[in-house]
Amino acid sequence: MALTNETIQEKLTEKFGEQLTEWEVPYGMLTFRAPAEMNLKVLQHLYDAMGFQFMTDLTGVHFPDRKGEELSVVYHLHNLVDNIRLRMKIYVPVEKPDVYTATKLFSTANWMERETYDFFGFNFVGHPNLIRILNVDEMDYFPMRKEYQMEDPTRVDKDDEMFGR
Amino acid sequence: MSRPVQYNTKVKLVEAPEGYSGEGFYSTSFDKVVGMARANSLWPLPFATSCCGIEFMATMGSNYDLGRFGAERMGFTPRQCDMLLVAGTISKKMGPVLRQVYLQMAEPRWVIAIGACASSGGIFDSYSVLQGIDQVIPVDVYVPGCPPRPEGIIDGILKLQDLVKGESLRRRQSDQYKGLMESYGID
Repeated sequence: MALTNETIQEKLTEKFGEQLTEWEVPYGMLTFRAPAEMNLKVLQHLYDAMGFQFMTDLTGVHFPDRKGEELSVVYHLHNLVDNIRLRMKIYVPVEKPDVYTATKLFSTANWMERETYDFFGFNFVGHPNLIRILNVDEMDYFPMRKEYQMEDPTRVDKDDEMFGR
Repeated sequence: MSRPVQYNTKVKLVEAPEGYSGEGFYSTSFDKVVGMARANSLWPLPFATSCCGIEFMATMGSNYDLGRFGAERMGFTPRQCDMLLVAGTISKKMGPVLRQVYLQMAEPRWVIAIGACASSGGIFDSYSVLQGIDQVIPVDVYVPGCPPRPEGIIDGILKLQDLVKGESLRRRQSDQYKGLMESYGID
């Protein structure tokens, strides 16, 4: 029987019980939250037992107002046999953004995790080469975190006179 | 019987620089002759990264035809070129690459920043974009516009030709020029 959002939720709840929370189906795509330390267990189960063997995306989100769980990693998985996708989210505190790496399971996670580290500063534990991928190597901050002003008044690399400011 | 092929008799030659001439001789200053030769045979090196590059392609095309000004031969190696045309957004990560290209060009070399992005970062007031290429290499002519029309680019090149014509042969050895290079960390 082909998987549907309902059967996926049933099977995952059967396996992991109440540990998976915040079930939603925005725009028809099943979404749930897993505890950060369990991300690999859930991914492995989805890979081995439920056919989610293709990772379409891995990215980060910063919620500055959610104390203790500011940073989120979002995994998008695709079951190519049943042609169904799902989205898994984990949350970690911004002070200690440690996440177990998914590179052992999905090779494609290698560059995606580097990018997510580059922009949000996650520490992917066990990643073989966690260095910046898109930004300059000298950069000492994580630009996609929502902790910067829209325009930095201390910048010196813009000549205000030339821009009418 | 007229010839089957009519020769183009409207070929316009560059006017000779000021000088003294008499029967069998003509004398002028070496600066002016070299300047004239350089200005009318600039070899462009296009460093095109985005939409300004498309406008530059139109400039090189038959409609606008930069060849009319002696710059039709693009060289895609910096070692053969003397006019670097930076057309488009340069990210901070590309800054060292652009600088390397500039360093590989032999003196004398000139740089034109085409468009708002190359000149100042343009609309990309962002963590990832270089706020004007003059932060990494010296620039001779800035062409405004987002993107500039081919006429604008041609105007910029004509302005550069004026610079080249008037440049003293000793300029590149002058202390002022060396100071400029040093301010960019180029020895």
